[in-house]
Amino acid sequence: MRLEAKNVSFRYNERSPWILREVTVTVEEGERVGLIGPSGYGKSTLLRLMGGYLKPASGEILLDGKPLEKKGISPVQLIYQHPEKAINPRWKMKKVLEESGMFREEVMEALGIEKEWLGRYPRELSGGELQRFCVARSLFQGTHFLLADEMSTMLDVITQAQIWNLMVKEVQERNIGLLMVTHNKALAKKVCTRCIDLREQGGR
Amino acid sequence: MKSRTGRFSVNRRTRTILTLILIFAFLFGIYLAGTIMSDELIQADFSQKGLKPSWEHPFGTDLLGRDMLVRTIKGLSISIVVGTVASSVSAVIALFVGVAAATGSSRLDHFINWLIDLVMGIPHTVLLILISFACGKGLRGVLIGVAVTHWTGLARLIRSEVLQIRSQQYIEVSRRLGHNSRWITIHHILPHMIPQFLIGLILMFPHAIMHESSLTFLGFGLSPEQPAIGIILSESMKYLSTGMWWLAFFPGLMLVIVVLLFDRLGENLKKIVDPYSAHE
Repeated sequence: MRLEAKNVSFRYNERSPWILREVTVTVEEGERVGLIGPSGYGKSTLLRLMGGYLKPASGEILLDGKPLEKKGISPVQLIYQHPEKAINPRWKMKKVLEESGMFREEVMEALGIEKEWLGRYPRELSGGELQRFCVARSLFQGTHFLLADEMSTMLDVITQAQIWNLMVKEVQERNIGLLMVTHNKALAKKVCTRCIDLREQGGR
Repeated sequence: MKSRTGRFSVNRRTRTILTLILIFAFLFGIYLAGTIMSDELIQADFSQKGLKPSWEHPFGTDLLGRDMLVRTIKGLSISIVVGTVASSVSAVIALFVGVAAATGSSRLDHFINWLIDLVMGIPHTVLLILISFACGKGLRGVLIGVAVTHWTGLARLIRSEVLQIRSQQYIEVSRRLGHNSRWITIHHILPHMIPQFLIGLILMFPHAIMHESSLTFLGFGLSPEQPAIGIILSESMKYLSTGMWWLAFFPGLMLVIVVLLFDRLGENLKKIVDPYSAHE
């Protein structure tokens, strides 16, 4: 499978400035691509476009040559920067996993989720622990691409390393395509098979 | 719990819960007392007419020799029933309308906003009198009148709350996980509405009770045979100039106390249920 953004341009409305202009990015299955660039160059916007959260002003987002489905379970899943915002604060963690049908032992084990956490509310867990749930939730059977929007930026170095180790292992085992945004060049070098710099892509 | 100084002390949460229980017990007690006491206690007895407050009749008696304490409690009991039914119906209407406005099409949203403005724009009492009168006065008229006029504020609150929650990331994620908007409304949005709903419901009580009494006072509400607070107050108006102050004073005071207690109940519940002010 292949996920591509073809000549994608985006701005919020007719009068606002362009955020992305004629950007083309391709991610193959099993590939780990890093997206780098200074703040405000539209890295997150590009990810939201490719995940189907936003509609491009021109150009298209293609999954295997076909436009991304708007309804139904999406094979492209986005992992946000702030896990505490991406989880319903009134839900217990077990329900968060059940929402995508990922309340399964092997996934929990692979991501280091402890059984004890399942009965807790999101505010009773730390950021790193919550982020594991967000990853687990996105890794259901039908997922072919993961888009990670600075998903480890707010974690300390040790937790970052832990999460990325687990993540890379899962992604490799299941042959998932990964597109990650990061400011951390060393991390990108370690995790990714190749890097894209938005500055060379007409980000602005 | 013993504090370091050895004096009996409880933390704020426990105190709030205790107050909540006490207030609830008091209001429920009035309701029970009013329903259990037989009507014989308020039979006319002309040997006892127009007595000042005494140990035998703490609130005095009226010109027909009826004990004012019993009449007041019976009246409050009716008021509480009216308040409960009317504000429950009102709050449910508010929940439905608010959620529909926020999740439906923009045309529906515009219509509902227009409707809220319309109902809010007409002077409350006038609308109440009209509806109550059109529905045949009596208990039914009052109930319908109060129920269909009090939902607007809460509906607006719930609408904006739902709009805010719908823009959250976990809703977007849920949508990309293949859930439809009905599933999202039931599982994600409605649980967030429970505090607003409960608090709105209880804070509507005082309004409902006051409006019921004022309708009855003006003669558009409950019928004169019923011992409603509004009836008692409007009757006593005639005798105020003869110096029988207790006819209006005690029932009026009790009404104010009950209304304030309901308000307190709502505020205390808010502190417990609302996670953002829970740790204040």
